Amino acid sequence: MAIEERINNIEDLKKLRELFQKELFKEDTPRVRVCCGTACTASGSYKVIDAFTNESAKRGVDLEIVKTGCQGLCQKGPVMKAEPQEIFYQKIKPENVHWLMSYTILGGMPYRQGIYRDNILSEPVPLMTDVPFYKKQMRIALRNNGRIDPHSIHHYIAVGGYAALEKALSSMTPDEVLREVDRANIRGRGGAGFPAGKKWEHCKKAPGKIKFVIANGDEGDPGAFMDRSIMEGDPHSLLEGMILCAYAIGAKYGFIYVRHEYPLAVKNLKIAIKQAEELGILGKNILGTDCNFTIDIREGAGAFVCGESTALVASIEGQRGFPKPRPPRLSEPGGGPWGYPSNLNNIETYACVPVIIEKGADYFLSIGTPGSPGTKVFALTGKVKNTGLVEVPMGITLREIIFDIGGGIIGDKEFKAVQTGGPSGGCIPAKYLDLPVDFDSLTSVGSMMGSGGMVVMDEDNCMVDVAKFFLSFCQSESCGKCPPCRMGTYQMLEILERITSGKGEDGDIENLLKIGKLVLKGSLCGLGQSAPNPVLSTMKYFMEEYEEHIYDKYCRANVCSGMGVFVINQLECFRCGLCKKACAFDAVKEARDRYFIERDYCTKCKACYYACPINAVKIRKQRHIKLEEEFRIPSESVEIIERRAKMTLKDVLESKPLEIVTTTKDCSVREAINIMSERNVGSILVIDENNKLVGIFTERDAVRCLAKNISFEKEAIQNVMSPNPITFNSSTEISAAIAVMSRKKIRHLPVMEGDKIAGMISYRDLVSYLLPEICYMAEDIY
Amino acid sequence: MEIKVNEVIGYTGEVLTERQKKTGILIHALQKIQEEYNYLPEDVLKKLSEKLAVPLSDIYSTASFYKQFYFTPRGKNIIKVCMGTACHVRGSAKVLRSLEEEFDMKEGETTPDLSMTLETVGCIGCCGLAPVATINENIVGEMDENKVNDIIEIIKTGKDSE
Ligand SMILES: Cc1cc2nc3c(=O)[nH]c(=O)nc-3n(C[C@H](O)[C@H](O)[C@H](O)COP(=O)(O)O)c2cc1C
Ligand code: SF4
Ligand code: SF4
Ligand code: FES
Repeated sequence: MAIEERINNIEDLKKLRELFQKELFKEDTPRVRVCCGTACTASGSYKVIDAFTNESAKRGVDLEIVKTGCQGLCQKGPVMKAEPQEIFYQKIKPENVHWLMSYTILGGMPYRQGIYRDNILSEPVPLMTDVPFYKKQMRIALRNNGRIDPHSIHHYIAVGGYAALEKALSSMTPDEVLREVDRANIRGRGGAGFPAGKKWEHCKKAPGKIKFVIANGDEGDPGAFMDRSIMEGDPHSLLEGMILCAYAIGAKYGFIYVRHEYPLAVKNLKIAIKQAEELGILGKNILGTDCNFTIDIREGAGAFVCGESTALVASIEGQRGFPKPRPPRLSEPGGGPWGYPSNLNNIETYACVPVIIEKGADYFLSIGTPGSPGTKVFALTGKVKNTGLVEVPMGITLREIIFDIGGGIIGDKEFKAVQTGGPSGGCIPAKYLDLPVDFDSLTSVGSMMGSGGMVVMDEDNCMVDVAKFFLSFCQSESCGKCPPCRMGTYQMLEILERITSGKGEDGDIENLLKIGKLVLKGSLCGLGQSAPNPVLSTMKYFMEEYEEHIYDKYCRANVCSGMGVFVINQLECFRCGLCKKACAFDAVKEARDRYFIERDYCTKCKACYYACPINAVKIRKQRHIKLEEEFRIPSESVEIIERRAKMTLKDVLESKPLEIVTTTKDCSVREAINIMSERNVGSILVIDENNKLVGIFTERDAVRCLAKNISFEKEAIQNVMSPNPITFNSSTEISAAIAVMSRKKIRHLPVMEGDKIAGMISYRDLVSYLLPEICYMAEDIY
Repeated sequence: MEIKVNEVIGYTGEVLTERQKKTGILIHALQKIQEEYNYLPEDVLKKLSEKLAVPLSDIYSTASFYKQFYFTPRGKNIIKVCMGTACHVRGSAKVLRSLEEEFDMKEGETTPDLSMTLETVGCIGCCGLAPVATINENIVGEMDENKVNDIIEIIKTGKDSE
């Protein structure tokens, strides 16, 4: 039988499979399965394949090279498997290929250099099934990913592909197929987890001859890529699932809606559709039966909301992707594209269907939890050691996924939270690490399964920033149809923007909660109905971080700018000066033996923090002395202080007996000191013959004279005074005066009204004016 | 440019009216135009409007909804920095910032000499290698300072990325 011919009955497909099973993947042929998923390709898998081709030609070895789809462990790419030894290799470079040939392909021994190990000290793990990343996984949706070449329908058939279709068409009625899927209770893998069987049934019951089967491959959730890897790595399993669905509900036409960021998926799907059509598995009279089904591909154009079912329909029709109110649901007349009833499922959902039909619903039900049978693919990313795609039985705990499969946190930092469900989901804190993962348990802790994105965060991630990230995603993706979603997300984002830039205010938290609830309730589609979730869930579990941002202007993860107090740790700093160069505001000052940051100039832009090669620039929490608590000052007095700081120097002068102590420029130092002592003051003003102020002489000047051995008797005061002292007008605000006095380091301030000296104010006067209680207390102590 | 309505609409065309078919291929047609001109020139859209008998305003209304479409010319090299979740938590903001600073531009802008457009993208499905950027068709994973500098080098020397 010629293999390129159209198959006209089910028996022929069986024969063809037997033929392929004999010819392909033979037990004793040496074989490498090299991952050509997007990530591994980016890390150079095609160079490795070239090296294998050259090397095997050179040595005359008949090596079978299988270019597979994503094998999951993206971060260690390019990855590959050598058979028949079943040895797993990672981070393979073209220069390793020579040795791989000698050791493994020809010698049958592991080649140590390329073998997985947890860290440099631990023993290498040669067998794929022993690698911790794969050990706890169980593959249903991804059953063929990493095993076959997605461009070859022969490979797919050889590993048992289209056997479910064969079984359904030869021995099951459409109703029986539907019943089996319904009994397996497979819940939608794309979002809400609605049972697929129920959906199918609904669509089947809908009146009308023309129905569509639609596969949702929009995969807009940033951080999830399981649908991509199925479409790229095993497109036929999607096609088979869709054909089974079409058979069950009686649909003739199908669509696969793929987001335009996935060109490779489109390419591989097109190839797969063409091959299936040529073999008679798709199109008219499938496998010689009277079942007809065709599939068209539609490319998205970059709008997250088009993953929502009604928006997706609008987009297929060629319109703006605005969601519509339901009912009518997609499965009802008027709901699907051009009004035809349609069944919409996620890619992963369809990919599971052939297994259910082939092995039976009971098999599927034996995996996972009673409420959520089967497996789920997660895109494990973020701060875990092994990032990539993992497929696990439902009911496995978060800890197993993150620590056993994912290998724990990078750099052994502290686990903080895991975000599941993408922009509609929530953050789950460490206390729920032992939560068994399924649709219902995730919802119960305020998150959701979503499409299966799982982003792990450690102590270096700021939860407020993460919430802001997801919200800004939803805000920019909102289609703008309903005001609560369009404006509510905008307002929430504005508040978060403020909080994360150090300008948070009292009341922000309450407002976020209030607006969040409004958006949840008032939005039309799932985007708006879930957009506030990341904010609400982080507020539920990480409220202290929000409070720190707002009240202490501090971000404990050092992510947000405009927060905290910047200091250089002098013990760590080795004085390279890079921070000084980086600072655009000249806030990093150089002293003789150290660098320090002048707080008055520091804008908290973090340039120095990033510049320091050894992390010697630290961001500390600002210490607010809580006057109420630490000094037990009644809150009324605190209010008085705040009010008083806004008063003027004139008010201070009026609050104490007026005392202006002056002397003339030619009096001797001794005389001046005598006057100061008599009048019990710390400074004396020096005036000229016209009573104009020319200088000031303070206790500090007196000490200086003594130190320099200046004769108190002979020297005139005008030669040792500080000439042209800083003066202030009596209408100056107290707070301004304090700022200047502390900046200029002066303790005595002549106050003027025009040319006339109105009085004298000391630093202590200001303090006791603002804080009478503290001064009394201080006096009590002494 | 040539658009074969029936071919593009595919099998579903069998059950659609001519009107539905013509609207149905609109997004695809726009994608083709953009592929050719790398943006949507007004005169081409006008021709499309005549051909499909879809009002120009409807075409603009649809095109402006989708992020993929641009109404102004874009640069010869297109750099997209992924701002998806995984890339965000692994520091993609820093990558974007250094590119913005180097070329003194903001994301979404094109250099005046049309040598480069800098954009952001929400997840390209390569999260395992975060932070990720793409330069034209190529994906660059695990972006660090060196790789940023490589990109800058490619743009500045006008060398096409291989
Ligand atoms: C804003 C929004 C975006 C969505 N994006 C996707 C998506 O990218 N892929 C997907 O399969 N489902 C997505 N969904 C869920 C779909 O609306 C729909 O529930 C799902 O595709 C149904 O398939 P399932 O029952 O197999 O899960 C999205 C929903 C909303 C509200
Ligand atoms: S909830 Fe938001 S995204 Fe959904 S229809 Fe309303 S405005 Fe559009
Ligand atoms: S960059 Fe770091 S090490 Fe260098 S001077 Fe500044 S604080 Fe010190
Ligand atoms: S988040 Fe950047 S590739 Fe997915």
